[in-house]
Amino acid sequence: MRKLVFAISALALVTSAAFADPIADRQALMKANGKAMKELTGIVKGEAAFDAAIVLAALNRLSEDAGKMDPATLWPAGSETGGDTTSAPKIWEDPAGFQAAIDKFKSDADAAVAAAPADVDGLKAQMGVVGSNCGGCHETFRIKKG
Amino acid sequence: MLGGIGAVAFLFLTEPEKLDAATLAELGTGDAARGERIFWAGGCTSCHAPPKSEGEARLELAGGLQLNTPFGIFVTPNVSPDPQDGIGNWSVEDFANAMMRGVAPDGSHLYPSFPYASYARMKPADIADLYAFMRTLPPVAGKAADHSLSFPFSIRRGIGLWKLLYLSDEPVIALASDAPEDVRLGRYLVEGPGHCGECHTPRNFAGGTDKARWLSGAVAAEGDGVVPNITSGDGGIGDWSESDIASYLETGFTPEFDSVGGSMVEVQRNLARLQPADREAIAAYLKSVPPHPNGYPARTQPSG
Repeated sequence: MRKLVFAISALALVTSAAFADPIADRQALMKANGKAMKELTGIVKGEAAFDAAIVLAALNRLSEDAGKMDPATLWPAGSETGGDTTSAPKIWEDPAGFQAAIDKFKSDADAAVAAAPADVDGLKAQMGVVGSNCGGCHETFRIKKG
Repeated sequence: MLGGIGAVAFLFLTEPEKLDAATLAELGTGDAARGERIFWAGGCTSCHAPPKSEGEARLELAGGLQLNTPFGIFVTPNVSPDPQDGIGNWSVEDFANAMMRGVAPDGSHLYPSFPYASYARMKPADIADLYAFMRTLPPVAGKAADHSLSFPFSIRRGIGLWKLLYLSDEPVIALASDAPEDVRLGRYLVEGPGHCGECHTPRNFAGGTDKARWLSGAVAAEGDGVVPNITSGDGGIGDWSESDIASYLETGFTPEFDSVGGSMVEVQRNLARLQPADREAIAAYLKSVPPHPNGYPARTQPSG
């Protein structure tokens, strides 16, 4: 009996690790990116006051999130379908292209952090570059589903 | 005998029909500067420049993009001003007949993968302006491959029947005579040069757009996924304000800060080049079209 309990709990441990939910994780990451973009765009549009510390913090979050975009963790084999994923099959068909898109996002976000915009115009210039990564990647690697 | 009558009727019904003299007279002289606006509103570069072109290369219209559809593979042609491989030898009348009637200079039908069913609603003067602008672009040598279609779609003459059903210069949405000017302009941009309905409206078995479900979204004709409902019906953009729509077309971000994706990335990039008033007009029109529920089937189970 004790053996059985042990076996079951061991199994539960293994399966929970194996069935960590990469779809939910990557969706949460995308939402977080959207939130940072929203905050920064509000400042560019003049809806919120420019605050260098807030701007840098948001850019840092984008850079950190870009660093978390490891295809092996967030888009592992087996997570092509399921949940309400909108990840495109192209992610698994063209892993090199996908990695290149992630790397570009990371380096653009890092450059924006390094630039540490001091005013709205400085931020606007960085946002044009960083923001183009969203659509640039979604053009190929995301599909809209019904 | 019956077969003979049928053949004669087929030839009669499917004869390519060019524009009449009165319409051609409205073309005018054409102005390249004005034509650039039409070029971006129409997004010509998205299909006629080689895929993934950037910067000035987007103006090199060598064609060659493959559209993999249920009818077969369509390949976009070279429409640069190259006299041999492009359309450099076309007159403005030739160009207008292709754009508004889907008829090539040699009198044959063009396939409606080239969205002339939308361009038929354009003003002749805008066609002439676009022609003038495209003459200023760099000529590029090299013909694109031919279409590769399955039977019966491979019978070019049959397009004449399709045109009888679906080719019309009438607006899709009737507007009241006192409709605001921006809604009117938006209707023109969306239904005409912008050809939004070609992807955002479901099609029937013959490949015609279902105007009773205008802009309600559709299963993508090419590739995977769906094209969204852009009416205010269920699943559409009823909770977007006009400024949300205009801002999306300018920046590529939805009100929730999701980003533009798929083929719309190219479209948005082109529309960002228009004046704000044109994007605002598109938004005003979209808020005024009849609401429809999604024009594509719901997912039956929560799976990819």
